Amino acid sequence: MSRRTALRIGPSWWLMSLPLLTFLILPLAAILLQSRPGEIVANLATPTASRAIALSLKTSLITVTLTVILGTPLALVLARRDFPLRRTIETLIDLPMVLPPAVAGVALLIAFGRNGFIGEYFGLQIPFTQAAVVMAQVFVAAPLFIRSAIVGISKVRDELIESALLDGATTWQTLRFVALPIARPAFIGGAVLTWARALGEFGATIIFAGNFPGRTQTMPLAIYLGFEMNLDVAIALSVILMTTSFLVLVLVRYLMNA
Amino acid sequence: MGVDSAYSGSEYTSMRSSIWILIVCGLLAGCDFRKSATPPTPDNQAKLTVFAAASLTNAFTEIADAFETTNPSVQVILHFAGSQQLAQQIKLGAPADVFASANRLQMQTAIESGRIKGGTPHAFAHNKLSAIIPPSNPANLHTIEDLAKPGLLIVLADIGVPIGHYTHSFLDRAALLIEDSYKENVLANVASYEQNVQAVLTKVSLGEADAGIVYTSDLTGNPSVLPVNIPDPLNLNTVYPIATLSDSSYPEIAQAFTVYVRSHEGQRILAKHGFISEDPA
Repeated sequence: MSRRTALRIGPSWWLMSLPLLTFLILPLAAILLQSRPGEIVANLATPTASRAIALSLKTSLITVTLTVILGTPLALVLARRDFPLRRTIETLIDLPMVLPPAVAGVALLIAFGRNGFIGEYFGLQIPFTQAAVVMAQVFVAAPLFIRSAIVGISKVRDELIESALLDGATTWQTLRFVALPIARPAFIGGAVLTWARALGEFGATIIFAGNFPGRTQTMPLAIYLGFEMNLDVAIALSVILMTTSFLVLVLVRYLMNA
Repeated sequence: MGVDSAYSGSEYTSMRSSIWILIVCGLLAGCDFRKSATPPTPDNQAKLTVFAAASLTNAFTEIADAFETTNPSVQVILHFAGSQQLAQQIKLGAPADVFASANRLQMQTAIESGRIKGGTPHAFAHNKLSAIIPPSNPANLHTIEDLAKPGLLIVLADIGVPIGHYTHSFLDRAALLIEDSYKENVLANVASYEQNVQAVLTKVSLGEADAGIVYTSDLTGNPSVLPVNIPDPLNLNTVYPIATLSDSSYPEIAQAFTVYVRSHEGQRILAKHGFISEDPA
């Protein structure tokens, strides 16, 4: 995509863009200014912080992996096939993104709890486990990947696919060597958005997976409860979460432009 | 990101529908149904902001209505959350006129912030603890000793929440009076430390947990869970203090509200919701 428009954007536009820019950056700056680097390091060494960071990294990476593996076929189907109810399915997939996370948590609990549809028939204990943390993250974050992947695949022109098939490529080869390379930036972008959303997931997790240090207490949960118990640990974790997210976003921009 | 011209017609349509869903959700979240039901308030009406512990939700809603009826020039704005959250909000400068806490510890935090004068809080209600089980009682629990059986799923409130703090005091006491290993065994069964008492109630009433510990007042008018009694020698007498904020815009009304809560009428409403009166007659 082109990075610059041909329109002349003068100083008055800069002036008008300042209020929102300031509003978006100020809270981030406030939390950085509130923190002391020495204290952050000390607080990170606490078991609460280190366990929450490890758990968050582990679960969010599993979430991204699962989403890419299971979301790619779904995105392919939705992007390439016109079948009845396609639009309805697409809209339903978007729904978890716009639902309040607490609603998502209650929905997961009712569907996958031990008295829910699944739990009652298979006798599985899912709530309060790490599997529940991953499920909550996939539920709210996977739509971001699917949506982005659909857009990416739609960008692949039909003629390209047709000529590859005419030249004797199998469906798998066409996807692997023609379609996916073109859609790659959208796939990476979608995966990163999913990862970022998973890392910040709070509402669905605390309802469906509960809060137990080392088992289901991710960084956002530790931050929320820490706000009430120990503000310093909460701020230290917030700074880590912000820095990690920032670095990953920078890395992705670099990868996508490369 | 690449969301520029890539939208084909159908994607545009589904994007539009997502936007509609967003708008509807936004509208629902933005509406305050209680407010929209009352006529618009005249400008000269005093708006009294009351910060109250989550466990007081039903009782204080009724007390606020009664107070407004007696004082038509006052509108009471209630803000319920965990006391620890309210105390932090007061510390960080949130505008409030009255603070009703579920324990003395969080009132102390508010006093240390300098916005409440030490010595001014008054106890206005008491509560006790009760264990709860789902009506189906999947783990077949009957006494408080049963909570120490291995392999249970128990949910407790986090120790930062007043009820969580009280729960730990109860477990300490039970370790002395029942068995040394009681606290350890119960804690080994804990599946989750919830952020408020409501979350404990919800998980037990859905049957996702075998048991939890809440306030006895939470059981009033709540048929979705069954109590498992905690005998008096093991139980605690929890105290709810109330105080006015020294920087209140309506110090007289704030004072009148705290007096009303402690009055005969206020105490009657609290008792109706399962609280123990401050001054049992």
